[in-house]
Amino acid sequence: MAVPILKQGAYLIASVQSALTDADLLELRNALVEMVGRYRSRGVIVDVTAMDVMDSFASRTLRDIAHMIRLRGAETVIVGIQPEVAFTMVQLGLTLEGVATALDLEEGLAFLDRGSKKIARDLGAHGA
Amino acid sequence: MKGGRNPANLTQVPTESTTALLRELVSHLRQNRTQLREEWAQRITEAKLLTAMTKEEVFAEATSVYDNYVEALETGTFEALQAYSRNLSERIIPRGVQTDEVVGIVLLLRDVLARSLFARYHADFDKLNRILDAYEPAANRIAITVAVGFVQERERTIREQQEAIRELSTPVLQVRERLLILPIIGVIDPQRARQLTEQLLRGIRTNRARVVVIDITGVAAMDSNVANHLVLTVEASRLLGATVIVTGLSPEIAQTLVNIGVDLTKMNTVGDLQGGIEEAERLLGYKVLPVEKTDQPS
Repeated sequence: MAVPILKQGAYLIASVQSALTDADLLELRNALVEMVGRYRSRGVIVDVTAMDVMDSFASRTLRDIAHMIRLRGAETVIVGIQPEVAFTMVQLGLTLEGVATALDLEEGLAFLDRGSKKIARDLGAHGA
Repeated sequence: MKGGRNPANLTQVPTESTTALLRELVSHLRQNRTQLREEWAQRITEAKLLTAMTKEEVFAEATSVYDNYVEALETGTFEALQAYSRNLSERIIPRGVQTDEVVGIVLLLRDVLARSLFARYHADFDKLNRILDAYEPAANRIAITVAVGFVQERERTIREQQEAIRELSTPVLQVRERLLILPIIGVIDPQRARQLTEQLLRGIRTNRARVVVIDITGVAAMDSNVANHLVLTVEASRLLGATVIVTGLSPEIAQTLVNIGVDLTKMNTVGDLQGGIEEAERLLGYKVLPVEKTDQPS
């Protein structure tokens, strides 16, 4: 089951629709890392609202995605982790170290927008 | 109530003769209903049981118990008595009637009835023995049924109250848009910690919180299990996109956290609740300014 990736302005939105196999996860990773360069995106949102299980491979892949995308020059936000999933993850020690998270798609977009504004402000400060 | 070890099963299989004896017994109790009932109510008052109830109430309940008692002896079924004792318990538990009082009144009835049997059959010692053989197991079972019904009802009440206390004890409060406060007061046991986490994570979602202040000023001490749980809660909240600020750590709790080696880079702590709220407002972009008196429109 492939994950649809939508382009929204300067951002990419990957919204997971169902449980993913390991192969699906790797495919998602490769697609995102490739598309970030192709569309010159500044941010990526991975929506995992539909996932009710998060194993170690899935959370490691999500972390890898975030780190690889950062190396490609964009920010990643994981959104929509369910409360039960979140608590199970931390009990298993899967804390998505160094990865930004947000409540839902709306919050994720707001987070990326704040990041862009900060960059714009920094540029403005340098310009002045 | 069917377990082999249950003392309520002391009733022997009714043979022809015990059935006949029980029938005789029941008719004896029916004939002397008024007198025995009064004697029993008298004994209850003398023993200073059921002091929470008026004399009339004691007498009314005594009548009902007596009739149910005789009926249970007659039919050998205890369902009606069980239902009645549960109903009675429901009424008298809120008035502070204790377990020993309930057990006491049933045992008093047992004594009153046994004595009347002595009085009736003391001439025929052999018959008295057989009557008592038939009476005692049934009476024991009745006493147990009533006592167990009362205790079960009380336990149910206690469970309900515990549930209510637990519900009340961890309010998740919204202070501002996107800002939740979770004041924790009292002892945190593992069960309460789990419930607390569930409520917090649910609260983050329903209130779309971005910052949460957990205030533990009211927690005197926590063991390392609960401290670990607190750290997990902080991390789980982050996975939902909320930042947690913990405030009001006592010196003892600070010591526990350091002793179990919590990664302090993950814990955002501020000295007191006021500081925590100020920090949260800063994170959310709020700014609180005192109003200049002269600027106010008159």
